[in-house]
Amino acid sequence: MSRRLTALAALAALLAAGCARKEAQGQARAGGPPRQVYRYGNLAEPQDLDPQVVQGTPEFNLSTAFFDGLLEPDPRDLHPVPGLASSWDVSPDGLVYTFHLRHGLRWSDGSPITADDAVQSWRRMLSPRLASEYAYLIYNFVKGAKDYYEGRTADFSRVGIRAPDEGTIEVTLDHPTPFLTKVIANHYAWDILPIRTVLKYGALDQRSTRWTRPGNFVCSGPFMLKEWTPDVRIVAVRNPDYWDARRVRLDEIDFLPVGDVDTEERMFRADEIDTTGTVPLDKIPTYRRDHPGLIHIDPYLGVYFYRCNVTRPPLNDKRVRRALAIAIDRESLVRDVMRGGQRPAYAVSYPDDSGYTPRARISGSLDDARRLLAEAGYPQGRGMPPIELLYNSEGAHRIIAEAIQEMWRKRLGVEITLRNEEWKVYMQSQHSHNFQLERAGWIADYPDPHVFLEIFETGNGNNDTLWSNAGYDRLLHQALAAKSEAERYSCYQQMDAILVDECPVIPIYYYTYPYLMKPRVRGFTPNVMMNPDFKDIFIQN
Amino acid sequence: MLRFAINRILQAIPVLWVIVTATFFMLRFAPGGPFTAERAVPPEILKNLEAHFGLNKPLYQQYLSYLDNVVHGDFGPSYKYPTRTVNEIIAEKFPVSAELGMWSLAVALVVGLPLGVMAAVRRNTWIDYLCSSFAMVGICVPTFVMGPILILLCAIELGWVNASGWYSPIDRVLPSLVLGLVYAAYISRLTRGGMLEVLSQDYIRTARAKGASESRIVLRHALRGGLAPVVSFLGPAAAGIVTGSFVIETIFQIPGIGREFINSAFNRDYTLVLGTVILYATFIVAMNLVVDIAQVWLNPRLKFE
Repeated sequence: MSRRLTALAALAALLAAGCARKEAQGQARAGGPPRQVYRYGNLAEPQDLDPQVVQGTPEFNLSTAFFDGLLEPDPRDLHPVPGLASSWDVSPDGLVYTFHLRHGLRWSDGSPITADDAVQSWRRMLSPRLASEYAYLIYNFVKGAKDYYEGRTADFSRVGIRAPDEGTIEVTLDHPTPFLTKVIANHYAWDILPIRTVLKYGALDQRSTRWTRPGNFVCSGPFMLKEWTPDVRIVAVRNPDYWDARRVRLDEIDFLPVGDVDTEERMFRADEIDTTGTVPLDKIPTYRRDHPGLIHIDPYLGVYFYRCNVTRPPLNDKRVRRALAIAIDRESLVRDVMRGGQRPAYAVSYPDDSGYTPRARISGSLDDARRLLAEAGYPQGRGMPPIELLYNSEGAHRIIAEAIQEMWRKRLGVEITLRNEEWKVYMQSQHSHNFQLERAGWIADYPDPHVFLEIFETGNGNNDTLWSNAGYDRLLHQALAAKSEAERYSCYQQMDAILVDECPVIPIYYYTYPYLMKPRVRGFTPNVMMNPDFKDIFIQN
Repeated sequence: MLRFAINRILQAIPVLWVIVTATFFMLRFAPGGPFTAERAVPPEILKNLEAHFGLNKPLYQQYLSYLDNVVHGDFGPSYKYPTRTVNEIIAEKFPVSAELGMWSLAVALVVGLPLGVMAAVRRNTWIDYLCSSFAMVGICVPTFVMGPILILLCAIELGWVNASGWYSPIDRVLPSLVLGLVYAAYISRLTRGGMLEVLSQDYIRTARAKGASESRIVLRHALRGGLAPVVSFLGPAAAGIVTGSFVIETIFQIPGIGREFINSAFNRDYTLVLGTVILYATFIVAMNLVVDIAQVWLNPRLKFE
């Protein structure tokens, strides 16, 4: 009997311990308001916290909490606003950028943030030994940087980065780059690292050191690292040394690396997470119908398209590509198949991206499409060489492919076959151009139409269409040298028109970003890069 | 017995070598690599990355230096996590999976063995049918169905436990139950089969004739022989259960090594795949050795030879 009682007591203790974790939420501090703890679904375990050796969205979210850039994005429209730099000037020729650091900036260990930290950080980013995947976001723009990266010079003083004094940083470019400040404000490639701390744990250009471990890690952002348990959570707490600390309202953010969408949704329902990273596709309609206050679907700066390999028949004929592009019923696809609030895409560039909306549109009736096909020598699809559509096995790509396959069959008489490959195999097929037609997408690294248009330049590493158009390339260079934004955008309008006419890719829809959020989370500002502005978020219990 | 064990351990070395070699080369011949991403890495950056990981050397050299490192207990750096080593990842994640595995194994034995014995002793009665039905359900309902259903019920509806995580003792309950019950089902089937075979043997009849009580016949005379199939099954099963379950760890958000085992393959994290494969293979080999020793102990007709 007593043994049974002991077992019962043990069970009760277990249950109590389990509940204790939930009650930790909003637990009152002695004599103060409840602690502000925000539990954020961060999609996956980050590669690391060092912004110079990572890629990806979880890492991006963490860098937002831990690091401020020289410039920061405005939380609403992402235009550059002062960050660590209180102001900046651009020389009249657009080649020299001078940034003025705020006075009294401090790292989270209390030591001063200096201009030299910036210079050394970018030197680290450009060092071949570090092999940073995003080094090109600096050496594509900065004078002499590519020579340094590729080892043609070991003399860093020949790179256009210098600190004339402790509070000033001067960056000299190779060519005018009108969107440079957007890159600096939105991409962690330009983040400034605590160089003294980095050097404490290894050489400047050493890729793998322990400087990002809890206890070692030092940062400049609104939050600092308290705990990092891989695949469990990263706990960030308020950084008292942050220059804008008075604006920060949360005491703690728990970054939860939940990779499985269904697990994450169950955690949300069990109140173990406040904002999810995404929503299971098949649950979106249910949430929209039954819990419209919990689900949010925001536009996301990316375009989903089908990429043609323009060297392989029949897709080497632009009339075939155009016919296929016209014959997709995008409205019905997003409404009945995707059901996630996506917007149909009739052009490559994203609408209302930094004030730019493409005017060109894929348009035409089904009769036009059939006529184009007949002109190409395939009336009602007869005699057409076989087309195979490649997509990756993950996600909803199969159902989209099947829907489009059916549309082309019914509307044009064109039969295509489908092939799916595991992610890395599919990537390999894409980069080695071993496909005819493939599902693809492009997500912006920074908010500027240039992002979507540059990848169709002849020889661009991401131009897997193998399409080449001299007029298009010329316009791209004209745009970079443009004297005003209006002039630059008018080049982009012509480029978008060429893309719609030639259809090296067939745009399908613009991405959205679905997530679930508890109503008690306030101050959350959605934006097209799903760049979470943790500074203004608070919990209202 | 010692000679038997030493012999088997020596035999394990070539087995492990073959596994490591096959895995190493299969990985390298799989399309895509650790740096294959949607955004093509510019060739000059790729060159530096490959130099950092020694991928620019001839493949046989990479293989030899990998073997050399493994012999010295160094599984190398992870490709996906730039500042973590494979040793570190295994040291962090394996204990979690091992703990989950131990609890699950306990559930499997505590539930499976009695059910199997009862089913065999009360053969073709409602007890047998009940136990066998439980086993069929346990085998047929996959963990990825059972897990979410139990979470919906116990965590979301009743609020007894957390839906995810590996923080407090209560977080061990549901995952161990879900993972353990599948194995319990198999164990009860095997126990029933083994027991039935033994119970029809002559020496059991002799024991009955001598007037031994039913419980003595079952526990003392039959169980030892009846467990032989369970023990054979338990070896590889225990190795599998202790080195982590991808499904359970994903459903319950548990930081175990099972998820690394699968995800590292998707990420083409060469060293992490090899590290987890070596861990798993070593366990299988070790558990099979333990099973063979246990078989001899259970069956006096076997000898260490």
